[in-house]
Amino acid sequence: MSTALDIFTVVSVAAGALFFLAGTVGLLRFPDVFTHIHALGKADNLGLGLVVLGLLPQVNGLLAGLKLVAIWLIVLLAGAAVSQMIARAARRAGPHA
Amino acid sequence: MIAAVNAGIALLLLGLAIWTIAARDTFAAIVGFVAYGLLLALAWVALRGVDVALTEAAIGGGLTGVLLIRAAAKLRATEAASNAERPALPTRLAAAIMAGGVTAALALVVLRTAGPAPTLAPEVAANIGATGVANPITAVLLAFRAMDTLLEAIVLLFALIGVWSLAPDHLWGGRPGARYRADPDGILAYLARLLPPLGIIVGFYIFWIGADLPGGKFQGATILAAMWLLAMMAGLADAPPVSRRWLRAALVAGPAAFIAVGAAGVGIAGAFLGYPEGLAKALIIVIEVALLPSLVLTLGLIMAGAPERTAA
Repeated sequence: MSTALDIFTVVSVAAGALFFLAGTVGLLRFPDVFTHIHALGKADNLGLGLVVLGLLPQVNGLLAGLKLVAIWLIVLLAGAAVSQMIARAARRAGPHA
Repeated sequence: MIAAVNAGIALLLLGLAIWTIAARDTFAAIVGFVAYGLLLALAWVALRGVDVALTEAAIGGGLTGVLLIRAAAKLRATEAASNAERPALPTRLAAAIMAGGVTAALALVVLRTAGPAPTLAPEVAANIGATGVANPITAVLLAFRAMDTLLEAIVLLFALIGVWSLAPDHLWGGRPGARYRADPDGILAYLARLLPPLGIIVGFYIFWIGADLPGGKFQGATILAAMWLLAMMAGLADAPPVSRRWLRAALVAGPAAFIAVGAAGVGIAGAFLGYPEGLAKALIIVIEVALLPSLVLTLGLIMAGAPERTAA
């Protein structure tokens, strides 16, 4: 059982890391602010989500697991809000900013 | 494996530090500095200094980052001109030689130190029972080296006075910073309504857990002050005029309580900041609780900036 959980952790965290890698590549390769936000959003939301999901079987106690999930939700909230604000500022500044 | 991660962090830190110094654009350099602070926090976690990591992330990365961004916004008008200036070669050479010399001297001193570094950790471990707190960092900060923490809290007050004294004469005593106007239905106002309840819980949790686990009043106060700043930036709250008497009383209340406990120690325990037997934990909690509101106000107002509007 514990081996199965360990394998689940490794697979899930590795998948999360892959999203972070893809997000970083997107940040470097995509042409403008809006597509940069798109790339980072994937890394933050799905990447961190998968890392948290993978770590859940490894924590001891319900409270520690809930804390991990709470961290993910707060990062989601902050990421979504900041993305909107950056996008709005970029649109106001015009396409050449 | 762990060594590879540590080496990666160290390399990233060095690279980011060089990039931050080399960046010509002020805002880009600040973004580099904030990322550097967060990375440094990771390095402290790797060194098992979780208390230091929390402080570095909250104050080194967060609070200092806000201060620097404010400063950069004020400098934006003159930035192009100052970037265009290029000091003469001898000046640049002299700066490079001096900075390089300091780095080399520091490296020499650190690398030449033989044997294990002197430590008081065993004595802290032996005497921590007398303080009643379980987190050795808190025991050092509020019992063994309480004087340093007292002076730290007072230095923050001086920093705030320094920020305030940047106000022009006719605005002295007015409200700090510009009035923020955000769309009341916008995402910032939404975030400023949703996040503070969570942030306040987390801030108090980190403050309270400091007795037994990494955490404490500085880290907790930074989070609480950040929530206040968020509400201010969304236009949901306004900073009070700095001439308000209650505000000034609240700012000095924490350090004053700390000094009062210290002075009482002279009579009761025979030393300034000496705690009587068995009362150490209670007095530490009194000091922490008294310091927290003062610290939140001080940090929040330092981030809010110098008075820029009349008190009305």
